[in-house]
Amino acid sequence: MAEALKPHLSTILWLVPLLPLLAGGITAFLPDRHGKTASRIALGALFVSCLISIGAFICALHPAEGEKIILHTASTWFVFGDVALKVGLLLDPMSAAMAAMVTFVAFWIFVYSTGYMSKEKRFGRFFCFLSLFCGAMLMVVLSNSLLLLFMAWELVGLASYLLIGFYFEKPSAAAAAQKAFITTRVGDMAFFLGMIWLYGHTDTMLFYDHGKGLLESGALASMAGVTTVGGLTVSAAASLLLLVGAMGKSGQVPLHTWLPDAMEGPTPVSALIHAATMVAAGVFLVARTHPIFMSCGATGWPLTATAWIGGITALYAACVALGQNDIKRILAYSTVSQLGFMMIALGTGGVAAAMFHLIAHAFFKALLFLSAGSVIHGCHDEQDIRKMGGLRTEMPKTFIVYAVGMMALAGFPFIFSGFWSKEAVLHSAMGWKGGFGPFALAVCAALLTAFYMTRQALLVFFGKPRTPGVHHPHESPPVILVPLFVLAGGAMLLSVIGTPAWPWFEEWVNGESAHFDISLLWSAAALKLVGLSLTLVTVGVTASWFVYRNPSTDSNAPDPLGRKLGGVWGFLGAGMGFDALYDKAIIAPLAFIAGGVDVLERQIFVPMMAMAESAIKLMGRLTGATDEKGLNDGFNGVCSGLQNQADAVSDSQSGRPQSYLRAIGLAMSVLLILYFWLSA
Amino acid sequence: MLILLLIILPLFGAAMLAAWSGADRTRSCRFALGWSVLPLACVAFIGTQDKINGVMAEAPPLTWIPDAKMDLRFSIDGISWLFLLLTCLVTLFSFASSLASGRGGRAYCGLILVLQSALFGVFTARHFIPWFLCWEMTLIPSYLLIRLWGGHGAPRAALRFFIMTLGGSAFMLVGFLALQLSVGTMDFSELAKLASDHALAGGLAKTFAATGMTGSALLTIVALAVFLGLAVKVPVVPFHAWLPAAYAEAPTPVTMLLTGLLSKMGVYGLLRIFLPIFPEVLPSLAPLLTGLAVATILLGAMAALAQTDLKRILAYSSVNHLGYCVMAIAASAAVHADRGALSAALSGTVLQAINHGVIASALFFGIGILESRSGGSRGLNDFGGLRAKTPVFCGVFGIAVFASLGLPGLSGFIGEFLMFNGVFALTPWAAAVSLIGLLLTAVFLLRMIRKIFHGPLKPNFAKWADLSGTERGWFALAMALIVIPGLWPQALLHFTNPVILNILDLLSPIP
Repeated sequence: MAEALKPHLSTILWLVPLLPLLAGGITAFLPDRHGKTASRIALGALFVSCLISIGAFICALHPAEGEKIILHTASTWFVFGDVALKVGLLLDPMSAAMAAMVTFVAFWIFVYSTGYMSKEKRFGRFFCFLSLFCGAMLMVVLSNSLLLLFMAWELVGLASYLLIGFYFEKPSAAAAAQKAFITTRVGDMAFFLGMIWLYGHTDTMLFYDHGKGLLESGALASMAGVTTVGGLTVSAAASLLLLVGAMGKSGQVPLHTWLPDAMEGPTPVSALIHAATMVAAGVFLVARTHPIFMSCGATGWPLTATAWIGGITALYAACVALGQNDIKRILAYSTVSQLGFMMIALGTGGVAAAMFHLIAHAFFKALLFLSAGSVIHGCHDEQDIRKMGGLRTEMPKTFIVYAVGMMALAGFPFIFSGFWSKEAVLHSAMGWKGGFGPFALAVCAALLTAFYMTRQALLVFFGKPRTPGVHHPHESPPVILVPLFVLAGGAMLLSVIGTPAWPWFEEWVNGESAHFDISLLWSAAALKLVGLSLTLVTVGVTASWFVYRNPSTDSNAPDPLGRKLGGVWGFLGAGMGFDALYDKAIIAPLAFIAGGVDVLERQIFVPMMAMAESAIKLMGRLTGATDEKGLNDGFNGVCSGLQNQADAVSDSQSGRPQSYLRAIGLAMSVLLILYFWLSA
Repeated sequence: MLILLLIILPLFGAAMLAAWSGADRTRSCRFALGWSVLPLACVAFIGTQDKINGVMAEAPPLTWIPDAKMDLRFSIDGISWLFLLLTCLVTLFSFASSLASGRGGRAYCGLILVLQSALFGVFTARHFIPWFLCWEMTLIPSYLLIRLWGGHGAPRAALRFFIMTLGGSAFMLVGFLALQLSVGTMDFSELAKLASDHALAGGLAKTFAATGMTGSALLTIVALAVFLGLAVKVPVVPFHAWLPAAYAEAPTPVTMLLTGLLSKMGVYGLLRIFLPIFPEVLPSLAPLLTGLAVATILLGAMAALAQTDLKRILAYSSVNHLGYCVMAIAASAAVHADRGALSAALSGTVLQAINHGVIASALFFGIGILESRSGGSRGLNDFGGLRAKTPVFCGVFGIAVFASLGLPGLSGFIGEFLMFNGVFALTPWAAAVSLIGLLLTAVFLLRMIRKIFHGPLKPNFAKWADLSGTERGWFALAMALIVIPGLWPQALLHFTNPVILNILDLLSPIP
């Protein structure tokens, strides 16, 4: 199939993002009663686009010798003045893998949604937004143009706004949607600026364009050679701006606050946002534009900033996840933390490691969210893990898949993808010449990850049920369980492509030929890291088991760890106070400034205008005094005629403007007379 | 001849309305709505004409005063054509909105038609005298429309609007008379030609030798006077204080005309008249203009954030959006070397002006519906949860909002992208600072959506029905006009490119 596809790839590839976008467009017009039809259209479109992506992926498996890029296209979108702006698609190992992952994971999330959302009144609308979301994300992934990427990026933001606010009747959901859009837009503005900066400097938006593209040596050299504000080169300044954009979308500190709130959306949306789309977009942007980052040096400003921001985010979110009690919020913070890992990898030069972790994470995080949804569904919409407990026996199948996801995230050894992908990240961080900091932060975060995931698993699935409300949990139907098992399989199978013995993925992404060498598995370097990973996960899990092995049967009892930590616990629960800080440091001052501007308007500008007005009126009076009778009558006649027809009642002021009209008429005639007199 | 027909058509309609004594509100409004399709057809026909050197239609020159070389020229090129099209469309929307909210009447509709005719004149005249006459002619109907059909504060707001604009125009008139006295012409293209030969400053210096000022100082004064007249209309800070009250007090269909068309006269003037005639002194004025533009952008966005009246929010939002146009024009004034950046900035300006006109019309159409259904409420906090009852209305209003905040794929984005692109290459700091405006736009517009449509449904709206069939039709037209240029900007750029290249040749001649 792949061979048949190859010659037409440049055309057919457009279908990958366009089919879901089109499905979104069509289903937007379907009324609510045709919800089933809408879901079928969305599923069908995504299925075809998934098939094409897999075909493209297979085509991409064997790139031509020495070539990283399989395909890049460019065609003119519009012309302004005499400048043509081109957009196109790009297929390289990175985008091929991403497109296949996005369509595959999203497809199963769609299937899951047909069951999970089946009682929803606006079922069809939900699939419309989901399709839009996926289509936009696929465009981000496959774009060969920074502009097209930005446009799709913004559409991803729109779709997330619509989906997070899906339950718009809930004020908290409406607020969360707005917060997500605006917080990520802060990053988007930086991205926008970085984009026009790059465009202004290189006159191209294309990544690859036969040697003239942004990511090709000519442009990179010229960008790195020009110094601008603050002593930064153009490439450093632009890549820092792109990084801020990525921080917004990928929930990096300090632009992460929207991500936990995004839990207000339905659970499949959380799975989609946190796994395959949206948050992956930021990491992907940095990975895509990595050559620009790299052109400032492996330890230059942009990459150092990326590594450190990633490290801080990874540790911060892991700490905060400790103190959460909402099953979805724990997972949300764990996403923030894992995105931090990806940023560390990118910052330390491990693009392939970041992409591997991104794809592995997409599988097990989608799995975790969907099985959390199954738990919530089974517990009659309860989300507080303190009120759950003992679900292992009531929901055995959910327990199995959840356990797979949890072990993958915590980094259980050998058969779980998370173990190998996290190891790849640590490997990249350890080898970095820019310092030891990001590596240390990543190690601490990995330890905490094992701890809080064990805590969650113990509280939800072990012990005895703690609340009557969740007394009769029920296992979910097959439409929910099948996607879970598929994703669980993915979370395990993926591990084979990234082991030190066969680092196929890394070599493929880097454009090298892959080889298999089992002995690398017990080479000294690999053993050191495997040992470290093993230690981390063992210590984390054991510590957590000691703390939470006998949870209290009372759902209101304080958390055992919380008792020891005291005030710090509450601080962690509140996300270390970022929201409160932003309320005080940004929102309140902004409201104050806006109020100030309003006062300025009313107290300064309006009176200023009143003064100008009086001056003009005075002139009007002066000229009006010498007015001719005929002109006067003419204007008044017309105006009063109109007023008689008018619906409104005139008041005492109505006579005045006519006299100003008179004034301007007179002034004009005087000026004209003056002119003829002068020019005669 | 087509141009004269175009200008006379609405007047003829107005005259018919005036003569038709039996027409009630609805009938007169329906008639006017139907009648305003005629100029649209006329403009559409002109759009199919071949462009010879960018010009699509030209009226035979009317010789007014042969001795003074006063040939009154009218012509339509790509940019004029887009503004004419916008005029037709916004007028159509205004009548539709009037009909939907039960407004109408012979005088009301007649005045809108007179306004349309004057706008046609403004967008086609190539000589100062007819241009200025039409420019001033727009004032009278719009003053009366605000004054007679507006809210409680309308008399005062209308008067302010009238006097401020008139005051600005007086300066502009004096400026052009000074040019006429010194170089003997008020024809825009002749003035531009003289300007590119650097003859204007010299001419002024000779004529006004008595003042003892240098030519470029005199030319700067003239340029500032002309800018003042245009700036009041756009409006540019600090000449904007008339706007919020006028926009809020005017009946909503008239607000549509004010923001969709009257403000565009200012942008059009800056682009077609100000830029080509004063390139000699523009670089020295550019910092001032850029500063004013950035102030306009930030002040508009900030002030919109503080408002609780929906119409005032959108009024300040208009200030903010047109501020970008002024910024782009100011940036083009600053540096003339980079042709690519110049054409981005100027193309973006035209696109922004046209698209903002359509988007603002759709938004005000929505506000008009909210207002007339709720019996006159238009407070930000008066509504809540309407999406549950009116999903289609929420959808189309939402699309207009996202277009307004510049979502890619909708029409607002391309203009903003091109403008920022150009401006960043020309005056980078202005573009960087103005991004704050772009961010704040999202804040106040999304807050508006949240307050009106999201949250729990307020009980007093429990009986609201969604948009009627006619309303859906109008919104469908508006949505098409928002989506198509967003995906296919070439549809508009096709018309602007030749004209932009002509302006570029004046501003930055190919060496």
